[in-house]
Amino acid sequence: MPLIQSVSRRLLLLAVGALTLGSASPALAQQTLESVKQRGAVVCGASQGTAGFGLPDQNGVWRGLDVDTCRAIAVAVFGDKDKVRFVPLTGQQRLTALQTGEVDVLPRTTTWTLQRDANGVNFTVPNYYEYPGVLLRKDLGVKESKDLKGASVCVQTGSTTEVTVADMSKTYQLDLKPVVFDSVSSTRQAFFSGRCDALITDASALAAVRATQAKNPDDYVIIPANDKMEALTPAVRHGDDRWFDIVKWSFQALIMAEQLGITQANVEEKLKSDDPTVRRFLGIERGNGQALGLDEAWAYNIVKQLGNYGEIFERNVGKGSPLKLERGPNRLYRDGGLMFPLVFN
Amino acid sequence: MRRLWYDARVRAALLQVAAIGLFAALVAWLAGNTATNLAQRGIAVGFDFLGRAARFPISESLIAYEPTDTFARAILVGLGNTLFVGGLVIGAATVLGLVVGLARRSRHPLGSGLATVFVDVMRNTPLVVQLLFWYALVTIGLPNARQALNPLPGVFLSLRGVVIPSPQIEGSAVLLGLSLLVVLLAVGIGAWFARRHRMRTGHGPRGRWLLTALVPVLLAMIWWWVGLSVTLDLPRLQGFNFVGGLTLTPELFTLLVGLTLYSSAFVGEIIRGGIDAVGQGQWEAGRSLGLSDAKTLRLIVLPQALRVIIPPLTSQYFNIIKNTTLALVVGYPDISYVIATTINQTGQAIEGVAILMGLFLGVSLAISLLMNWYNRRIALVTR
Repeated sequence: MPLIQSVSRRLLLLAVGALTLGSASPALAQQTLESVKQRGAVVCGASQGTAGFGLPDQNGVWRGLDVDTCRAIAVAVFGDKDKVRFVPLTGQQRLTALQTGEVDVLPRTTTWTLQRDANGVNFTVPNYYEYPGVLLRKDLGVKESKDLKGASVCVQTGSTTEVTVADMSKTYQLDLKPVVFDSVSSTRQAFFSGRCDALITDASALAAVRATQAKNPDDYVIIPANDKMEALTPAVRHGDDRWFDIVKWSFQALIMAEQLGITQANVEEKLKSDDPTVRRFLGIERGNGQALGLDEAWAYNIVKQLGNYGEIFERNVGKGSPLKLERGPNRLYRDGGLMFPLVFN
Repeated sequence: MRRLWYDARVRAALLQVAAIGLFAALVAWLAGNTATNLAQRGIAVGFDFLGRAARFPISESLIAYEPTDTFARAILVGLGNTLFVGGLVIGAATVLGLVVGLARRSRHPLGSGLATVFVDVMRNTPLVVQLLFWYALVTIGLPNARQALNPLPGVFLSLRGVVIPSPQIEGSAVLLGLSLLVVLLAVGIGAWFARRHRMRTGHGPRGRWLLTALVPVLLAMIWWWVGLSVTLDLPRLQGFNFVGGLTLTPELFTLLVGLTLYSSAFVGEIIRGGIDAVGQGQWEAGRSLGLSDAKTLRLIVLPQALRVIIPPLTSQYFNIIKNTTLALVVGYPDISYVIATTINQTGQAIEGVAILMGLFLGVSLAISLLMNWYNRRIALVTR
């Protein structure tokens, strides 16, 4: 149980992670694709359980937006969405785990920041745009975060949220009293017990908490913590450009599929399409697969097995899920969102 | 040549050189690999990050801290918190441990029974579980801030912790410190004379109780004379939280109580072991001199038991310091929290872990030196 995992053990993990940097790894950086193929599975860093993004269901099958992002890579490489392994990581462990080669890719609600980018990881393309939110009891009557003067806020460590709280407190002169915990579950427990007035983290995660853990979800409201957006972005290690490309384009295939109107249901039909863009995308006209070092049918396989980005969104966090999140900034550029399809040539 | 090999001294020297060489090679290999791997993965190395703004909050600390302070300051603040908790727990666990240890050897069945149950329960359950248990108890058991219990005027008990009035000193703090120093000095000199008097005559000086009682009166008079006054800052509920006063947070409370109870079971066993190690004859000797049990214990048994107690007690103190790293489980920001967050914010894992290990090593060595000094002081001196 991650809840009772002690901090010292976790620090030990960090220490071991730091030490594994000292062990010999024959040119590991350039060969992620080869080692993934040899292993027969893509290893993804996963959360410790965030509904909608990464959480095993009753049968132990991982589900979520981040999970499907990872599966898309497995489909691109192996043509099989189940050739994946998920390693649950705390916010603290995740970057070290990626840097030391514990995981091949980190799609784990990780915000793209300058410091992280410059220190050993490469961010691919955002798979979710997010704003930090504040979860509160409705009866407090708080309308915006400026009203939170003097409030106690529960925060989980190892996230950008800690900095958000500090900045928020300073900007609006709120004198917030943060209580910081190391695990997701302790943080939520402390909030629902009433130890804190507010719980601050990504708004989508708050929606998940409210939907799954509140006794009566209608008693709670979510308000934006500030006016800033964050881009949650899958990351890879520095130094392996080939792998960087594969991860980036595996996700791009999901966006492009939605742009082209290709869904899990109609992808067979689309194989007969005359549209050159569709034909190139699905690999009927060859070239894209070879350029990435993948099977020509890689993008076809992704849509066939997982659907397009819109389908993945609705299934995991949108209308088809308990979270019922709006697409908002995660709509396609065409529809007024930030998801931009790159050219598949 | 063969003669040389059969020479025990030469062989020993050769083996040692070989062992040291092997170790040095291993270290060099590790360091080389680390450097190569770090460079390959484009991870910056160095301690430059210590001077940058930390930007993350620390919920409570002894040393003043703002998120705009540097990482170095944040680490210092974390160390301060760890030492604060460690120090308090070491003190409290030693006192409680002494009580438990003595109770275990008490002739009263209720005392020894209770102490046995306490020791068994505390020693045989994981500390993390105990901390979570106490924290759950505190957060479930207490009312929220708006329905806070108010047992005494100005004292509030709620989920936000215990809030008490804090003394606010008006006037010069220097004068306050100076007057305290003078009075303390006077008390010290008085005590020295009293001791000398007793060594000479076997009796305490007459009127010593009256003189002791005069000390606070004297202090109050000095303060009045220099114009110092102490007012109480009463906490009050304002908006979401209490404003003013001093707050003991549920996190710190849980950590102190949990660690103290857990550690005192171990300390109690060490003290019981030490007392058991002193021969029964010493007790009998004490009684035959007409000393009470309490006096026998204090003057004869404990000083001898201490020699057995101190070495294992020292290791127990190390354990307490190391166990404080569990603080984050209950939301108290100790040094390991600060380091872990620093690593997360900067990606400098090796440097962070190295700093943490260095700090803990430093603290442990300091305790070790102190305890060794004490151990030498109480060691049996043959005359």
